[in-house]
Amino acid sequence: MEDIIKVEGVAKGYGKHQVLQNLDIAIKKGECFTLLGPSGCGKTVLIRLIAGHEVPDAGKIIIDDTVVADSETGEYIPPERRGLGIVFQDYAVWPHMTVFENIAYPLKMEKRPKAEINELVMKMIEVVGMKGLDKRLPSELSGGQQQRVALARALVADPSVMLLDEPLSNLDANLREEMRFEIKALQRKFGITVLFVTHDQEVALAISDRLAIMDANGKIRQIGNPYEIFEKPADLFVFKFMGIANFVHATEKNGKFYVGNGSQEIPWEGPKGKAAKWVAGFRPSDVEIHREGPGLKGIIHRANFLGATMDYAIDVDDQSLRTEIETHTAINNNLMFKEGEECYITFKALHWFDAEQLKEVEE
Amino acid sequence: MASGTIKKDSGFGIAQVILFISIAILVIFVAWPVLLILFNAFFVDGKFNSMDFYKVLTEPETFQALINSLIIASMTTVGSTIVGTFFAWLVTRTDLPYKTFMKSLFLVPFMLPSFIGALAWKMLLSPHAGYINKWFMATFNTTEPLFNIYTYHGISCVEVMYLFPFVFIQVCGALERMDPTLEESARISGAGLFTITRKITIPLVLPSIMSGALLIMLYSMAHFGTVAVLGIEQGIYNIPTLIYEKIHESAGSFASIRTGTVLATVLIVSAACIIWAQQKVLSKGHYQIIGGKSFRPMELKLRGLRYPLLFFCLAYIGFTILLPTVVIFMVGGVETYGLPLTWENLSLDNYKYILFEYDVTRDAIFNSVTLGLAAAFITMFAGVMISYVIVKMKVRGKGILEFLGMLPFSVPGSVIALGVILAWSGQFGINIYNTVWIILVSYIARYMAFSLKANSAALEQVHDSLMEASRSCGASMWQSLKDIVIPLVRPGMVSAFFLIFLPALRELTVSIMLYAPTTRTIGVAIYTLNEDGETVMSTALAGIALIIIVLGQMFINHLTKKASE
Repeated sequence: MEDIIKVEGVAKGYGKHQVLQNLDIAIKKGECFTLLGPSGCGKTVLIRLIAGHEVPDAGKIIIDDTVVADSETGEYIPPERRGLGIVFQDYAVWPHMTVFENIAYPLKMEKRPKAEINELVMKMIEVVGMKGLDKRLPSELSGGQQQRVALARALVADPSVMLLDEPLSNLDANLREEMRFEIKALQRKFGITVLFVTHDQEVALAISDRLAIMDANGKIRQIGNPYEIFEKPADLFVFKFMGIANFVHATEKNGKFYVGNGSQEIPWEGPKGKAAKWVAGFRPSDVEIHREGPGLKGIIHRANFLGATMDYAIDVDDQSLRTEIETHTAINNNLMFKEGEECYITFKALHWFDAEQLKEVEE
Repeated sequence: MASGTIKKDSGFGIAQVILFISIAILVIFVAWPVLLILFNAFFVDGKFNSMDFYKVLTEPETFQALINSLIIASMTTVGSTIVGTFFAWLVTRTDLPYKTFMKSLFLVPFMLPSFIGALAWKMLLSPHAGYINKWFMATFNTTEPLFNIYTYHGISCVEVMYLFPFVFIQVCGALERMDPTLEESARISGAGLFTITRKITIPLVLPSIMSGALLIMLYSMAHFGTVAVLGIEQGIYNIPTLIYEKIHESAGSFASIRTGTVLATVLIVSAACIIWAQQKVLSKGHYQIIGGKSFRPMELKLRGLRYPLLFFCLAYIGFTILLPTVVIFMVGGVETYGLPLTWENLSLDNYKYILFEYDVTRDAIFNSVTLGLAAAFITMFAGVMISYVIVKMKVRGKGILEFLGMLPFSVPGSVIALGVILAWSGQFGINIYNTVWIILVSYIARYMAFSLKANSAALEQVHDSLMEASRSCGASMWQSLKDIVIPLVRPGMVSAFFLIFLPALRELTVSIMLYAPTTRTIGVAIYTLNEDGETVMSTALAGIALIIIVLGQMFINHLTKKASE
């Protein structure tokens, strides 16, 4: 599939603070691409550069084969001529216009005939589930409804690309879940390209065709589909960012790897490549608990009942691990442990990382 | 369709153009006249000469004016700070009855122009002709008046009456916003109310008190009206009145202009110092007070003093506001000044005469209204544009504009008037001296600060993303301004308009230095009629002015109430 947005070697800084450096990204036509990173990493800056609200210090941005910003030639196309739809974090619904007027604005700017505007807007109001609210002012709407207005306004002029800048972060948890499915459904329905920016990995995994993980310095660590990102993290940063993670320090003796400074060998294929020290990374759900061996012997240090799952903190030699097991599975298999009991664990998945990376992440 | 909507940029710097126009407005109207003053003060025959500056400054007359400005400003500042802080504490931290009503009552002095107040006090307390003094001397059979208003004390008292709301507002705000847990935790630690007040409350509101006091200091040093009405008779001049006297009597000779510029330079420097000190004080006090939220603070139980203190407040307002106002309207109604104020002597004839028959006053009202409207319109739009650049735009060279934008706040009225004379009376090709245009130009300079303040406050409320959203919806910058920014800033613009129009209606300091026989404003007419001994006409016009001001204020209150709903 062809690339609809290309960002080539882009840099942007404010004063002494360099936000983005030599950044490359290509977004394919029709996909939902998510930029995922911790807050303050520069992902909003990137979306503003693409939208044209900022000008890059270096590099080139191409939308639909047209160069919209090029620091070398000084080429710059203002936001209103880039043909994009945008949804802002704070919705940016105009408070002095009704729902209808807000949504109709992009069409009015295109000077479409009145009857057509009317028809398109009413259809769009229905699509986002706001039927009957067209004469309301934003102050009379809830946060979720304002978000729908912003979405409708971004979609109504049928843009080729829609940019969404943390559109769900101001909504409560239930609404956030509902809206993320709706955004995905709208994207499929209209077949448009979506660039979605968020710091919430759950939203990112649920919504994206592909995603890019950005670190706090504005560097892209990995680009891939949700499975690749979750199952084959490129490095420790990506792994840690995608959910709760255990890191177990390993000592190497004669090509074998042992937990911490103890004598139990880690039951997983050893790492490839070179590093002075290794850590083993795995998620609570990657661990299987057993009453009996084989596996790593540990002591239940703390048992927490969380409803659907049991949460165990297990001491294995000098290392402490967090694990979880479905409550039903635990009950059916006699795996409801008490604190202080002995257990054995094996792994369903485990990733080796250079211990140096752990220092960097923990900083 | 997507590629169709992406068009090449025509590429020209609208931002730079707007920035340039904004800078030009502030330079032409404010910076240049101020620079001319400094230039004329320090350069003699094109050469820098600080000795001459010193010589002018130490001439007995000039020096005395400086000292007088300092004396009056100091007394006024101390007095207003005590009065303002006391009343602020009373309406925020005690269980005084009808607190909210009393709070709004204490803001009324703002409406009464201080030179009209001074006029009233002159009629009440001038040593021999004042109504109170006459009554006192007749009753107690003495030749000693009760109080002579033509003194430093008299002038300062009158200034305090009409300036203390500056401190009152600041301290009220601070006391209301102060986190009560600060005081509560002191109380839990066992401190008594007196200790809490001394150790916690006062240190916390001190920055606000200081900032209000400095504001009054600045205002009083550059204040013309009261000193002109009450001081000149006894030869008490302060800086602005001496500048006026110099420019007026010698009809613009070089020596008098120089004295004027030297005095104005002193005012500019003091104003700059005061503003700097105020910023310093305010930035220090920032961390202590919780902003925005309103708490319910601890209230001191006044017990038996509740009603006596309420009575005291009402008496204060009655004495400082009601009494002068009544005197103005009554004297405006008698045939000749000095007649006893009895029902038989009162009529509406004077009011009819000045409104419909007397050229001087009719012209003055017309001039003030048209000048006020024009200045308000122009300054409002210029202010929106300049604030927009300062608050919203990211262009290189904005720093210059930010600096220039600070200027209007720190240049006193008499300085502006003098600068405008230097700039616009022919030396630079344009001569509008003795026309209404020179007054208009000076009003724009004088009220730019109000417009900048109101408009930048309104613009800060308009989040950047609202404009960015419209740009991304296909609207050009101008279209976005028209459809999004202007409608949202409109309340700020309306308030800027009235913040300029109302004070311009009663303006005296600037117009008195610039008026010609046909270009008198209301303030000038009141003042000159009074000087010429036409006390009754002057007072009647003052009464009319008060009515216009009160109606205008009521209209604004109505508008702002509607806007906040």
